[in-house]
Amino acid sequence: MDRRKSIQTIILGAGASALAFHGCKTDGPDTAKEAVAAAENTHYFGRTPEELELIEKLNAEQLFTEHEMETIAVLSTIILPPKEPNGGPIEAEVPEFIEFMGKDIPELQLTLKGGLMWLDHKSNTDFGTEFKLATLDQQKQILDTICYHDIEKPLDVQPLEIQFFYLMRGLTVCGYYSSKVGIAELGYKGNTPNVWDGVPDDVLAQHGVSYDPEWVAKCIDQSTRNEIATWDENGNLLT
Amino acid sequence: MQIKESSTIYDVIIVGSGAGGGMATKVLSEAGLKVAVVEAGPFFDPKNPEQITQLKWPYESPRRGASTTRAFGEFDAAYGGWEIEGEPYTQKNGSKFSWFRSRMLGGRTNHWGRISLRFSQRDFKHKDIDGLGENWPIGYEDVKPYYDKVDKLIGVFGSKEGLENEPDGFFLPAPKPRLHELYYIDGARKSNIPVIPSRMSMVTKKINNDRGVCFYCGQCGRSCQIYADFSAGSCLIFPAQKNGGQIDLFVNAMVREVTTNDEGKATGVLYINKEDRKEYGLKGKIVVLAASACSTARILLNSKSKQHPAGLGNSSGVVGKYLHDSTGGGMTGFVPELMNRKTYNEDGVGGMHVYTPWWLDNKKLDFARGYHIEIWGGMGMPSYGFGFNPNAMNEFFGEKVGGYGNVLREDVKKYYGAMIGFAGRGESIAMESNYCEIDPGKVDEFGIPVLRFNYQWSDHERLQAKHMQETFSEIIHNMGGQVIGKPAGKDRDYGLLNPGEIIHEVGTTRMGDNPRTSVVNKWEQMHDVDNVFIVDAGPFVSQADKNPTWTILALAWRTSDYIVEQLKKQNI
Repeated sequence: MDRRKSIQTIILGAGASALAFHGCKTDGPDTAKEAVAAAENTHYFGRTPEELELIEKLNAEQLFTEHEMETIAVLSTIILPPKEPNGGPIEAEVPEFIEFMGKDIPELQLTLKGGLMWLDHKSNTDFGTEFKLATLDQQKQILDTICYHDIEKPLDVQPLEIQFFYLMRGLTVCGYYSSKVGIAELGYKGNTPNVWDGVPDDVLAQHGVSYDPEWVAKCIDQSTRNEIATWDENGNLLT
Repeated sequence: MQIKESSTIYDVIIVGSGAGGGMATKVLSEAGLKVAVVEAGPFFDPKNPEQITQLKWPYESPRRGASTTRAFGEFDAAYGGWEIEGEPYTQKNGSKFSWFRSRMLGGRTNHWGRISLRFSQRDFKHKDIDGLGENWPIGYEDVKPYYDKVDKLIGVFGSKEGLENEPDGFFLPAPKPRLHELYYIDGARKSNIPVIPSRMSMVTKKINNDRGVCFYCGQCGRSCQIYADFSAGSCLIFPAQKNGGQIDLFVNAMVREVTTNDEGKATGVLYINKEDRKEYGLKGKIVVLAASACSTARILLNSKSKQHPAGLGNSSGVVGKYLHDSTGGGMTGFVPELMNRKTYNEDGVGGMHVYTPWWLDNKKLDFARGYHIEIWGGMGMPSYGFGFNPNAMNEFFGEKVGGYGNVLREDVKKYYGAMIGFAGRGESIAMESNYCEIDPGKVDEFGIPVLRFNYQWSDHERLQAKHMQETFSEIIHNMGGQVIGKPAGKDRDYGLLNPGEIIHEVGTTRMGDNPRTSVVNKWEQMHDVDNVFIVDAGPFVSQADKNPTWTILALAWRTSDYIVEQLKKQNI
């Protein structure tokens, strides 16, 4: 058989027509720079067709009423008040995130919907008004009664309103810090091509730790990373 | 329904496209053989823009990375998971075996941890030392040349340490430790626990002109679009295609059984095309199974014929038996000295830069076999779950946990990067009583009888998990840290994870010299049928406290060389 024959790859079986499009010759990125461009180019985030369909289906559903969404918006900004320059839950689209998660993980729905009812009931009883329309001081009075859980006991045996607040705080903080503004606030610097060459010196000094020279000798000298590796017969790297 | 037969007769049909199938595809096609690769999932190329999850931000998804559709979070590369709709498996005698399947070209190599460890001579012959389990019919000297070749072909970083049980290889240089890893090194050494650079298959230095060099995004679990980590598609199958190999790729093709002739020899495979849900037949002179240990056992047990009434290659009754997974235990710690960190990019490679290989002598312990310690921590990218209990660590300062308001911002920043975690991954003893078999009462959506698992841990594994807990707790305290959560007691097997959860399941078609107690010989060739080979982790006699992939690759290469040689000699 002639091994120099041109590529004889054929993709058979299911999905042949769709696959012929990308096959093994995808025009994808080869370098870090191209990788960033490719990642920024699309909002597709690698979903399979079934996964895309699920997202579209969930997006088309409505879990909360307008009133409930407003209440979530008010509550989330009390949990995590906005702060310059990185905004707060509204800029981070936390209410939309919470609604989506309620649809994505249906087990959350009772706690969320029941808890929102509890808030209004409590506010109506104590202050004669719905939670979202109460004064900030009144709202805080209510939240002060439910914002601490008993850390010695499992959450699911604690009162619904305690579970509700715990969940709302979790979703609010998570929704904020996983957003663009929240990541800026946190100061996370990664998710981008770079060349890791160890902990910065000032951080080492601050923590009173240092690199053992013997250890560093086993590590990559990043100025040689683009030279093709070759070894002697004993596995000693030559390049 | 008539079976659609292809008129082509392949030299080799390879079932599965993960580590073993990928390697067989490369070696056999480059030897000039005409190869069919049959994969149960869709085509996948990590550089295909439509399939890329690498470098995506959590906010690009409405669920911010939650694991609703992918078990390890929605940016993980693996299609599949513990449960796949329409493809169930069942349990017996209260077993809780977890079975992770990745249905896609490249299989589980697209998202695995890339921890690439060699088995040592002791690992191949451990029965000689403690009388447990069984020895392999081969030793380190048989596999070493192939480990060497795999290192050079695929690339693995690490360091030459001269440790007897951790054989050195042809390493690329390691990345420097991160801050929490420096703390770990100090903490472990206080208890005389060794720490060395980890050994993982990311390319920290150029290995060839077809693959990029690691750009340290820490996302190997998403599969690397510049091919700087090892996945079977990007490092084996695509290069084989590029080298002119005659490879027909059948995707979304679920193999039901291996077909045989009147002499009992394999003639090909029968598969179901998932798209039109019809049966197709492929003909080949040799069948190489690489569907993963349990899937291969399932195919064999479902391949019953007059010549093979108990299933193909199962005259010994051993197919499916001796199933074993790595042990797994873990612990999380909070290190106050890592609070209030200055932030910088410490993503590094996807996973740990340092690790602890097994360091003790079991003669002085109450359990057999060892475990290695994997380390995690640092200032990772927030994703679903981040901040759910934002100031839980307040507990350690006698302050209230919970509340709301601006203080939460301070708490989140204060505790960001102050956690460290350990995972113990150890060797379990292969036992005949742990097995998978065909459930006679259940089929999947393709009408193929499904697997039923029977698996119980023994005290060796439970006491090993107890030792992990004690060790992890000691190291956390050495680091000036606090253990998070109450460690599981005896009633919960000291936190020992369910079998299967480490996704190192091996042993279902074990190798041996004796056809009555093993399924394949030392060349991974079936005792009963000489034109069937198994190159996944099914032939593993024992697990070692090592991740299996590097050994799967080395053995698959060795077996493929043997196939080529036997064909030349016209022995098959």
